[in-house]
Amino acid sequence: MTDTNCHEIRIQDKTVQLPGQRVLFEEPMPLDSGLSFGPIEIAYQTYGTLNPDKTNAVLICHALTGDQFVSETHPITEKPGWWSLMVGPGKAIDTEKYFVICSSVIGGCMGSTGPVSISPETGKPYGLNFPVITIGDMVRAQKRLIDHMGIEKLFCVIGGSMGGMQVLQWAVSYPEMVFAAIPIATAPRHTAQNIAFHEVGRQAIMADPDWCHGAYLEKNKVPRAGLSVARMTAHVTYLSEPALHRKFGRRLQDRSNLTYGFDADFQVESYLRHQGYTFVERFDANSYLYITRAMDYFDLAAEHKGRLANAFKDSPVRFCVVSFTSDWLFPTKANRDIVHALNAVAADVSFVEVESDAGHDAFLLDEPEFHETIDGFVKGCAERWFNGHGKGTTS
Amino acid sequence: MTAANNTLRNDLRLIADMIEPDSRVLDIGCDDGALLDFLVHNRAVSGRGVELSQKGVNLCVARGLSVIQGNADTDLQYYPDDAFDYAILSQTIQATNNPRHVLEELLRVGQKAIVSFPNFGHWRVRSSLAFAGRMPVTQSLSFQWYETPNIHFCTVDDFFALCQDMNIRIAKTLFLDERGRQKQLLFPNLTAQQAIFLLHRK
Repeated sequence: MTDTNCHEIRIQDKTVQLPGQRVLFEEPMPLDSGLSFGPIEIAYQTYGTLNPDKTNAVLICHALTGDQFVSETHPITEKPGWWSLMVGPGKAIDTEKYFVICSSVIGGCMGSTGPVSISPETGKPYGLNFPVITIGDMVRAQKRLIDHMGIEKLFCVIGGSMGGMQVLQWAVSYPEMVFAAIPIATAPRHTAQNIAFHEVGRQAIMADPDWCHGAYLEKNKVPRAGLSVARMTAHVTYLSEPALHRKFGRRLQDRSNLTYGFDADFQVESYLRHQGYTFVERFDANSYLYITRAMDYFDLAAEHKGRLANAFKDSPVRFCVVSFTSDWLFPTKANRDIVHALNAVAADVSFVEVESDAGHDAFLLDEPEFHETIDGFVKGCAERWFNGHGKGTTS
Repeated sequence: MTAANNTLRNDLRLIADMIEPDSRVLDIGCDDGALLDFLVHNRAVSGRGVELSQKGVNLCVARGLSVIQGNADTDLQYYPDDAFDYAILSQTIQATNNPRHVLEELLRVGQKAIVSFPNFGHWRVRSSLAFAGRMPVTQSLSFQWYETPNIHFCTVDDFFALCQDMNIRIAKTLFLDERGRQKQLLFPNLTAQQAIFLLHRK
């Protein structure tokens, strides 16, 4: 195992210096596909201080296009961290009390081993030689990191969307290592509709001639058009009709009349093009293929004889499930399925459906009621974990 | 955080007194979690709640209680048999779609059930209908007929009859007067404003 501070990654045609740490695990890791894969490097970032008892750790699991830069200016986009509203001093996940950890998922492109990494066997980027991974594999890799840090039990594991899938996987795979789990705007399995949207994105990437059957890095090309269309499609699924209407309506972009052409006449078109364009600067096309695939394969019940409740049998974990009214990608129904499965085994679960018109993205936005819920749940858990069980104090 | 004994509403305190310490409790229609909070902190129960309103659920979760958004008619089916020692349905049965089914479910998921409800046989209710010819609007039934969530009213005697019909054993009954005080009432069907029943399976 090798620990390193500060590291470089290659993203598109640039080399970027990343803050945070990384750790290299030489020993291969078994994958759900049956393969064994290694060495594996994990890039991660932490906020706050780990207390002497190592009982105040909170693991944050990021979504499909998220990364480890939860609560700081992003090293590439220079925008605020994706969850700086939730995580920071005095926030619901209070970095003055908790030691917050977030690692880039394997298969991603922010420093953890993924298709852009150099294969030790060929000396070239893995590209499509990278094995297909699952949410379970991502979590298995995170567990290596947590073990490496000497943390026996996480106070809390929290995440939205694909991050919520990882939270569920953590609670199911390593229940003894999780005190509280907060899966947000997620599902116990990816639905046909969600797989369908991912397939549209993947086909857009693979139809781009610059994708070069996955070997674009060696040919110094970037499948910009394909990745950008994939992002545009996905982005629509993260919003809602009312949110789009509120933001853009049918307003025109920098013009007073329709042009009777295919320019971006409407503000909504211009916005989506911008989303696609900027996404390409920070994300890798092959990573997009691998991570969307991992989400498609996620089906917790399937691993437990088709009955979701079996996955949670005798779970000691305290759960708080949150959904949003206008989220049609991971609707309340899907989140409620998790709650019902937990009820069926009389597990300890809270569930809140937050009213919002922001769609799936609501979990990233300023939704006061949502933040109050998380704040209250975390405080209630802390009361039990730190006082009730004498497991030590916060830092 | 802890609700002091004297701040708990009287009918809720009477319910709390029926519950053995260290038991498992499900409170359906738990509102802002006052009863559940009291039971968790003062009776060391393992408590869970179900509440319809988002506001109520948020209040409960924010005070550290395990509560889900849901309702008595649709969400009890997901719990296994005997998951709880007590299933509480306080001031809620009159607002359910199918009270008989809800009662069955209470005594399936709970070994015992505690049900409290406003008595529609109270003399004020009767006189409002009999003399004024209007649907009653009283302190405990404070809604106009067109906006009330209470769709299945019953009297104390109606409830006795339903329990008999469903072969449910009534372990205890408590009656409350208009001020919410527990009283030994001679004709509770006429004089009780609220009733609390502790029920067992036969």
